[in-house]
Amino acid sequence: MSTLAVHDHGLVHHEEGHEHHHKATFLNTYVFSQDHKMIAKQFLITGITMAFIGMLLSLLFRIQLAYPDKSFPLLETLLGRFAPGGRLSPDFYMSLVTIHGTIMVFFVLTAGLSGTFANLLIPLQIGARDMASPFVNMLSYWFFLIASIIMVSAFFVEKGPASGGWTIYPPLSALPTAMPGSAEGMTLWLISMVCFIASSLMGGINYVSTVLNMRTKGMDLWKMPLTVWALFLTAVLGVLAFPVLVAGVVLLIFDRSFGTSFYLSDIVLNGKVMPFEGGSPILFQHLFWFLGHPEVYIIIMPAMGISSEVMSVNSRKPIFGYHAMVYSLIGITVLSFIVWGHHMFVTGMNPFLGGVFMITTLIIAVPSAVKTFNWLATLWRGNIRFTPAMLFAIGMVSFFISGGLTGIFLGNAALDINLHDTYFVVAHFHLVMGSAAIFGMLAGVYHWFPKMFRRMMDDRLGYLHVWVTFVGAYLVFFPMHFMGLEGVPRRYYAITEFHQWDHWLNVNTFITWAAIMSGFAQVAFIINFVYSIFWGKKTVQNPWNANTLEWTAPIEHIHGNWIGELPTVYRWPYDYSKPGHEEDFIPQNVPFSQTMSSNMPHDFEDNPEGLEEFNKWTSTQKANEEVK
Amino acid sequence: MGFKKLLTSKKALLLFAATMLFGSHQLMAQAVAQGTTTAGTPDTMASSGMWTGVLYYVLLALVACFCIAILGKILKVYDLTLTMQGKKPINWNSFMAILCLVFLIAGLYGAYWSLTVQGSMTLPKSASAHGVDIDSMFNLTSALTLIVFVITQVLLFGFLFYYRASDKRKAYFLPHNNTIEKVWTIIPAIVLTVLVVFGFFTWQSVENSTNMKGDINIDVTGHQFAWELRYPGPDGKLGQLDYRLTTGLNKLGIDYKDRNSYDDLQADTLVLPVNKSIRLNIHAQDVIHSVFMPHFRLQQNAVPGLPTYFKFVPTVTTDQMRSETNNPKFEYLLYCNKICGGIHYNMQKVVRVVSESEYQDWIAKQKPYLTDQLKQQLKVAAAKSSAGALSSNKLALNN
Repeated sequence: MSTLAVHDHGLVHHEEGHEHHHKATFLNTYVFSQDHKMIAKQFLITGITMAFIGMLLSLLFRIQLAYPDKSFPLLETLLGRFAPGGRLSPDFYMSLVTIHGTIMVFFVLTAGLSGTFANLLIPLQIGARDMASPFVNMLSYWFFLIASIIMVSAFFVEKGPASGGWTIYPPLSALPTAMPGSAEGMTLWLISMVCFIASSLMGGINYVSTVLNMRTKGMDLWKMPLTVWALFLTAVLGVLAFPVLVAGVVLLIFDRSFGTSFYLSDIVLNGKVMPFEGGSPILFQHLFWFLGHPEVYIIIMPAMGISSEVMSVNSRKPIFGYHAMVYSLIGITVLSFIVWGHHMFVTGMNPFLGGVFMITTLIIAVPSAVKTFNWLATLWRGNIRFTPAMLFAIGMVSFFISGGLTGIFLGNAALDINLHDTYFVVAHFHLVMGSAAIFGMLAGVYHWFPKMFRRMMDDRLGYLHVWVTFVGAYLVFFPMHFMGLEGVPRRYYAITEFHQWDHWLNVNTFITWAAIMSGFAQVAFIINFVYSIFWGKKTVQNPWNANTLEWTAPIEHIHGNWIGELPTVYRWPYDYSKPGHEEDFIPQNVPFSQTMSSNMPHDFEDNPEGLEEFNKWTSTQKANEEVK
Repeated sequence: MGFKKLLTSKKALLLFAATMLFGSHQLMAQAVAQGTTTAGTPDTMASSGMWTGVLYYVLLALVACFCIAILGKILKVYDLTLTMQGKKPINWNSFMAILCLVFLIAGLYGAYWSLTVQGSMTLPKSASAHGVDIDSMFNLTSALTLIVFVITQVLLFGFLFYYRASDKRKAYFLPHNNTIEKVWTIIPAIVLTVLVVFGFFTWQSVENSTNMKGDINIDVTGHQFAWELRYPGPDGKLGQLDYRLTTGLNKLGIDYKDRNSYDDLQADTLVLPVNKSIRLNIHAQDVIHSVFMPHFRLQQNAVPGLPTYFKFVPTVTTDQMRSETNNPKFEYLLYCNKICGGIHYNMQKVVRVVSESEYQDWIAKQKPYLTDQLKQQLKVAAAKSSAGALSSNKLALNN
């Protein structure tokens, strides 16, 4: 591809491009497209599809939890042997929990979120014509799609999909006879994950190299929007962490299929003494969480970046403490590699190691706190415009606070003893990385919908969507904390076997209905989304009066993003409501020479010539005033 | 756009509708056919009853959607008439700001309600010595986080309401303020340091499970889907285990070459003497399980191939707890808290804390693992292996 060369000869390339361009067929425009904007849409739509599948699975097991003794003939009709007599079977319940977790964590919030917005925003916001390697980018999507199909296809094998929890701890996942889901279902899970990781790596390498090499003129690192920073650091995390999961998965495949004992030792299953010796189940947990913990930051950081951008645009105010925001993202990136052990406090890991991981874990709360305070300071004295995207970004902050604070309990090894693997954990991570990240993603969808589909989404349906989902998510997850405090374990098919928990049955029913309500709110979203793609109101070029470069690109999608030369960047992306300027925004490609009345000495910190000009201008201004 | 053409073309729509109709017709026909072939009238009744039930809910959902759509249209019409009459249209922005305020108030009340009502439904006071430290740690953390929770949420939604958009003013251009940023980096850092230091020492003391003289060692072994208990006999020592020796009779794989194992006792209930130091030796046979006794603030995974330990002192007897919770049926329980298969949700063991004398009475009644049957089996095996060793001149150490 000639994309690297276009950097300098953008104009030339473009004119040539039209002549040499392949004929735009349905196949190369919509299916095997190498255009980053189309790939972003492919990721988004696949991600949303997976999100709906994941949500339906969660509603199924929520019904079981709310009505553990009731039979629903419809379930048997729909699910057949998985729900004999209209009640989910315990094994299938485990499968639902497992696949719900896997889909949401990996397919929706990793690929769906990073895949969509890194593809859409990185080239558009740094002023590049496409990704560094469009072909690899396309492959990344196709691997993701294959992985998704394999993951869902596990529902059609006889013994059902993987059911050892999304963390697939061996020996449960390594011994096909340990539970039905550990048979073919688990094999499919592992194959799917390998494809997924390949996809994620190809994407990640592309994002990193695009950000590092293909920024337009003037776009130095400290002029990049926070979205690009967040997506860039996410990609770095993914590239470094995902290969470790491949190692873990491959060893698991060896244990399952080739009789090795990496994770297995001293096992007597169903009265049969197994020949495995010398392995350690804890080893898998180390490998898994070495990815698994960075993974939760892979999920939340793009959401943070998107929310920062959306909140700044809609408060009409620069993001507060841009540098601190970037440094805290970097801090989170680095620290996220040394905290994985906090998932393993009670697993039999050396207690001293647990203490060390506790220290690193609580340190990571500091950059998170800084980010929260900076968001609040961004809102302070703003001129806040409530678009649906803005409300989602706010919801993200609210969830991040609520869920983040309970992290302080769980990060404390001593408290984790009693909270580990209870509903408290479920509540914590569903708020801090589940709901927060999905809200960040939805904020992005609403905000950049005009960029993606050239039309606007309906605001009022958006309002309905955001409020019902926001309230619903709190109603679902807030009471779960207290179930956890009573020690109700997660992944229990029913809590009716223990009569001391009978008073939680009502709460469980309530949670299920709240979840169903939030599920219905997503119908409003999907109607809005599909309708607006085809029949929504046409957008103007810069519907939100935003500063970033993507809004300087023409509405009409062209391969190469900009007609003619690439825009040059002169300023940071957050010059909103700058005093002395008539409008309340100054796009990044507006030179300082055009905004003399609003310039500040601070704008010329690393630009002595500009500072001289600025001083000259201010002194003449002063002189003029004196004359008057 | 090719897609749009496809969607807007009437032919395609018609085709789609036809296939849907035909398809659903087919499905329904099948359902009916199935109903009739199964012959049993109650079955048909049940299935048709099911479908009417489903239909009822689907209709209900559709009606709800319709109502919302109609409401939306009414709002739109109202909005249009307002503009036509030259009045200001609905200010959605202010409406959202008000909703933020309403959410803040309702949310804070909801959180308060949840904390008081559901918060009081949680565990009773700790029944173990170390649990008291954990609980005070928990209370400290709760107090700190609740303060931060309320302040930040109030600020968040308060700002949203207070600084809602207005044409009259511009936002305040404030890119950064180093002093305040330093303050809110350092304050959380200090608070977290305090929590880390306290947490670290609590953790170290709780997790210290070195075997001391006077500890009662009890084996807890998890397998799909039950717990096995092993108490030491009069010698106070547990014998060695070797998983390779596991058979139907010797279900834990106790190594009877070790003299200490001769008097090891089996039990159905985890009976513990109050105020004695108990050391649980936790094993798993097949997959990972987790010994979870929330009343004692105790949890430790059971890992195959890696024995783990947890040492604690129970301080409240079951009887005391019964009177304290006003629940005559109260029992301490041990759950499995690591996903271990289909019946994971029902892998329980009753734990009973009793006085020293009751404990002695109880343990005297427990039967040893070394049953007569097992003795015989071992004898036969020993004879066989020695014969085998002699004949084939091999070392038969393990079997």
